[in-house]
Parts: sequence; C-alpha cells; structure tokens
Amino acid sequence: MKATTSATASPTRVIEVKNLARVEGEGALYVRVAGDEIAEVRLDIFEPPRFFEALLRGRSYNEVPDITARICGICPVAYQMSSCHAVEQAFGVTVGEPLRTLRRLLYCGEWIESHVLHMFLLHAPDFLGYESVVGMAADHRDLVTGALALKKAGNRIVSLFGGREVHPINVRVGGFYALPRKERADELLEELRRNRPFAEQAVRFVAGLKFPELDRSYEFVALRQPTEYPFNEGRIVSSNGLDIPIAAFLNSFHEEHVAHSNALHGRTKDGRPYLVGPLARLNLNFDRLPESLRSLCREIGFTVPCRNNFKSIIARGIETLYAVDHAIEILEQYDDSVAPHLDIVPRAGIGHGCTEAPRGILYHRYDVGDEGLVRRATICPPTAQNQPQIEDDLRAFLPQALALPEEEATLRCEQLIRNYDPCISCATHFLRLHVERTT
Amino acid sequence: MPVDGQAKLAVYKFSSCDGCQLSILDLEDELLALAERVKIAYFLEARRHVDPGPYDVGLVEGSISTPEEAERIIDVRRECKFLVTIGACATSGGIQALRNWADVEEYKRTVYAHPDYIRSLDTATPVAAHVLVDFELRGCPVNKYQLLEVLGAYLTGRRPQIPTYSVCMECKRSGNVCVMVAHGTPCLGPITQAGCGALCPSYHRGCYACFGPSDSAGPRSLCRFFMERGLARPDIVRMLRGFNGYLEPFKQTSDEYESDHIRYG
Ligand code: SF4
Repeated sequence: MKATTSATASPTRVIEVKNLARVEGEGALYVRVAGDEIAEVRLDIFEPPRFFEALLRGRSYNEVPDITARICGICPVAYQMSSCHAVEQAFGVTVGEPLRTLRRLLYCGEWIESHVLHMFLLHAPDFLGYESVVGMAADHRDLVTGALALKKAGNRIVSLFGGREVHPINVRVGGFYALPRKERADELLEELRRNRPFAEQAVRFVAGLKFPELDRSYEFVALRQPTEYPFNEGRIVSSNGLDIPIAAFLNSFHEEHVAHSNALHGRTKDGRPYLVGPLARLNLNFDRLPESLRSLCREIGFTVPCRNNFKSIIARGIETLYAVDHAIEILEQYDDSVAPHLDIVPRAGIGHGCTEAPRGILYHRYDVGDEGLVRRATICPPTAQNQPQIEDDLRAFLPQALALPEEEATLRCEQLIRNYDPCISCATHFLRLHVERTT
Repeated sequence: MPVDGQAKLAVYKFSSCDGCQLSILDLEDELLALAERVKIAYFLEARRHVDPGPYDVGLVEGSISTPEEAERIIDVRRECKFLVTIGACATSGGIQALRNWADVEEYKRTVYAHPDYIRSLDTATPVAAHVLVDFELRGCPVNKYQLLEVLGAYLTGRRPQIPTYSVCMECKRSGNVCVMVAHGTPCLGPITQAGCGALCPSYHRGCYACFGPSDSAGPRSLCRFFMERGLARPDIVRMLRGFNGYLEPFKQTSDEYESDHIRYG
C-alpha cells in the first residue's frame, strides 16, 4: 500500500491507497480535505458488475440458490438462505422443524468461518501492527493456529451439511437434498467441543485490543426473532423504532446508484445511512443471547449500546462463540432419519427473504412465473447497505486520523473500512483509498 | 523455479466471487507451511504489503469482463513466469458469461439506475481468450487440494497431475448408486470433469458441472437421453449454460438445443 502526500504547504493534500487490501473484492477510498474541512469522502467500488439480477431471469427456481451463491464465495450460505426463503414464500411454503433448525446449524458454520477469517486473518493485524496474518503468525503462533482450527471447525459444519465449504451443493428450496449420517455429525460435534475453549479465549483476546475512539449515533438495523438470536427469519427492526415484516423492506429502505460505485447505496427512505452487521445485531438482540454469554460480556466490559464500530471485532467474537454453542446444542439433538426436504410445487408468486449474513441483513425478492421460472429478482447485499455508513464514519473519524502521521492516518482509515468486513464482491464491486487535501 | 530463495507467488482477482482465492485461506492445515515455502508476494485479499514482480507463479481468479481487465491481464501475464487460471470464471468465463448470450445494455438497465455509469464489456471471457495460460484449473470453486497439487508441481518443476476423466469415475469409486439409474435424476456427471469427488450424487442430486466438460465429453448423446426422459429443450439449455456454459462443447450443444426453440426468459 502506498501513501502519497503532497507537501503540507501545498493547497492539496493527497493520500492514496490504490487497492484496499484484506477485504473481499476490489475498491478504493477518495477523501478531499480543504483546510480543516472534509470536502468529500467517497468509497469507490469498481469491482466489475456481474449482473446477477439480470441473468437470474428465466432461470428455474431450483437453480436460484446455486446461482446466487456465486455472488460471494465468503458467504454463499447467506445467499442460499435468503434465496430459498424468498422462493418458498412465493410458493406459499414454510419450512418448519426440524429443517428450520438445521438451516440455523448451517448458518452457524458460515458465521464461524467468516467471522474467524475476518477477526484473525484480516482485521487483527490492524490492531496488532502487522501487514498480514503471515507476519502475525511469527509472533502469535498459538493464536493463529487456534484461529485456523476454529475456522476449520466452522467450515466443517458447512462441508458436512452443505457438501463443501465454498458454494455448498446440498441446499435446496424446501430444505436439503440429503442429510448426513449421525456418526459423521457426532465427529463434527466432537470437533466443535474441542474448539470451544479457543472460541471463548478469542472473545477475551479481542476484548483486550486497543480501540480508536468513535461514538456514532448509528441507526442499527437487524432482524429480530421472538426468542432466538436471529438468522433466517423474524422482523426487521431498528434502533430508531422501525419494526416491519421482511416483505416491507423495500418500503423502508432504498438503493441509490452513484457515479463512483458499481454497488448500489442503501439508505433509509428519508435518506439516512444505517448500520447492519454484527454490531447492529448484537445491540438489537443482546437480550436474545443466553445468560452465559451475557455474563461473559459483563466480565469483559462489553455493554450495549455499543456505538464504536471498531468494536465490531468484539461483536464478531461473541457471535462466533454463540454460533459454536448453538451448533453444539443442535448437533446434540441431531436425528438423521428425518425427511431432508419438503416437496415443492412451483406456482406463480412474489416472495421476499431476509437473513442475517455474517455482514448483516441480506434481502432478496423474486417474482416467479407459473413454471417456476424467475421473472424478476432484487438483491440487496449488506455491504451495499453499509456503504453510506462507511463514508459517514470516515467523515466523523477523519479529523482524528488526519492529526496522525500520513502512513498511520491511512492505516487507521483502512482499519475503519475493515470494521465493516466489507464484502465488495457482494456489493458487486473495488476500493481505493485516496485522500486529497486542499487548504 | 528459483533454486535459491523462495518462489514468489501472486494471486490476482478479476470478475469473480472471491471463492477460489478463499480456497487458499481455507487450507487451514497447510496455510502456514505454504507461507513458509513460498513467498506470498501479491495477494490483496490476505496481505497489505505488495512485493514487486516479476513472480514465479501467478494464480488468476475471475473472467475478463471490463475494458480495464482486458488491459490488466496483459500486464499480469508479463510479470508471471507461469500463469495458472483458478476456477470456472477464469477458465470458462463463469456464471457471468451468461451475458454472452444476452444484450448487455439491457442487463445494465435492469440492474442500475444509471447504466451510463457502468463500464463493462459485452462479454465475460476466459483468461485464455486474452493471453497464453500455462495451466487451467477447473471448478466453481476449485478443489483446494488440486490447487495445492498445482502449486507443488510448479514449485518442483513438474506437470500438475489433474485427472481429466468424468465425474462418473469418481462416483463409482466412492460407491455411489447412480442417481440417473436409481432415481431418474438428470445428471451431468457423464460429461463433467472429475475434481469435486462426485459431491452432488453423494448428496442424492444430479451433477451440475462445476468442473466443466471432461476430456471426452459427448453432450449430444446425453442430452438426447434427457429428452427421452421427458426434459424439454429449454431445460437442457439451462443445464448446459451453468457455471461453465461458455466452454466447448457445452456452448455449441446449448446453442443447438436453443436454435430449434424459442428463447426462454
Ligand atoms: S469459479 Fe466459482 S467459486 Fe471461483 S471465483 Fe468464479 S464464481 Fe467464485
């Protein structure tokens, strides 16, 4: 990463990072500072468009989860889940127990895999002063090997119940194609139990990191379910009192297309940015955590509301531990003799699905014709929804950052962007950090 | 490969989902050892630091779908001694190659409010359509152990050992009951290259050709068989036009099945 700065005396100051690293996808940031005023902040996304919403038209409903998975190799399960729920709603079908719980299990695997990847391989190096996990591993070998083993356990859930880690083949509208044998599930259960102590140690570790100051009045948006921590269903709620069914998503949020981005920007109907993702989920669903986890939070001094998104790494840690415990609980009850899926009869209709991807709510809407062929598809990925909020955070944080030496300032801005674990492939799209300063 | 010092590895991303490069980070048991054996010189998803080229091995993920990418791939080729494409996007164009049968301007209007902001080529094409490629690794995503084999091969100066026979062979080897024989489920296994370990049939579903056509693939006779079993032409066109639809002989066969029939969609 290169930072170029014109001399301080010159009217224009520029910090440029050509390619933002340790994020999924390609993007850049442009910041222009005039005197003491931050004139412009732009998160550029030039990840090439792949036109999924267009190419889905004319495809059969049973291909939809396989195709949408390919939007993102890091969170394919999220795409498959939102797709399946939306198509099922269009067909008037609800997947009940025990398949509903097995879908939560699969999602736990993806949260563990994705959160641990981000916490230890992508984000922790920022906090500890390394350029990558490779350098970090030299000094923190146990931490890195522990993280890799935990990540692997998460991936094992996805590969056993989904067939493979990236782009699972076992997810279908109506449930699963087949369910793994009990013996295999028991081995997985043991692997998770072995990794549980590290998952707790990880929470304590991330809670002990040093966090830059940031206090934002975010509008948190997440799903909320009657009793459980949210994955696949519920209502969409916000810290400003929004409480709507999933089907009303497009009435409350909209996407804008701005010139610098191949992603669409999500905003509330009255034009404000909002925050989705682990910190939003945890703030809105703290009471849905089991008491054991709430008391761990008290012990490490994590309280809600938490309005510093640098601490999203703690939220990821807590959610990872939740997912490990929840997966253990589900596997202890696992019965491989149940029917793997409901029988599906396609019919014309419109359906909505919204599930909690590791990075936040992922909304899908499909208009399906009589023969089960897609007529129209709408997909709102979490990173596109967060993009205006990332820019807003940068505006708030820049005065602090710009007081630092240039290299350090650039690094902190990048770290702030990585707070969001931005998945630029999902948002369709590339980041570049570029600060221009005029006096 | 350099005899002295570590070989330098570069990992590039073009139009893709990141899933194939993620397979490298999913090598949880091998990752640290790999990082000791090769210098991971350029890998934006994992490292902030960039070691300048030239590189010994370049892994390319993604298809070429924008004017910038068509230029960048030429630079990438120049800075890599061996260039290996990883995955269906880079090797066949990937799922986004469906646009090759469509009107991209119409696609832009469908997805974006300001289609004029979008710079995109009319086609999404494999890397080999632009530059010379030393090895093409199939899969959507790649099999991470095959990826390790390819890296190992180039590091020790031998040809990678990657089977080109069909998924049927893997299915028989793992003792699966054939899903077509037992349940009449349409399966592309007979014409698809091995590499996944016959995953879909193991989970009681038909293969959908993540690894592209096998070396002796004869799609016509398989598709005739599907039609006898009651599949309609548009169903067959859709099956062939999946994640590797732009690769021959899938492309030509899908065109034949489409031409006698009204376009779907
Ligand atoms: S081949 Fe498949 S898994 Fe690999 S980058 Fe392309 S879409 Fe992703």
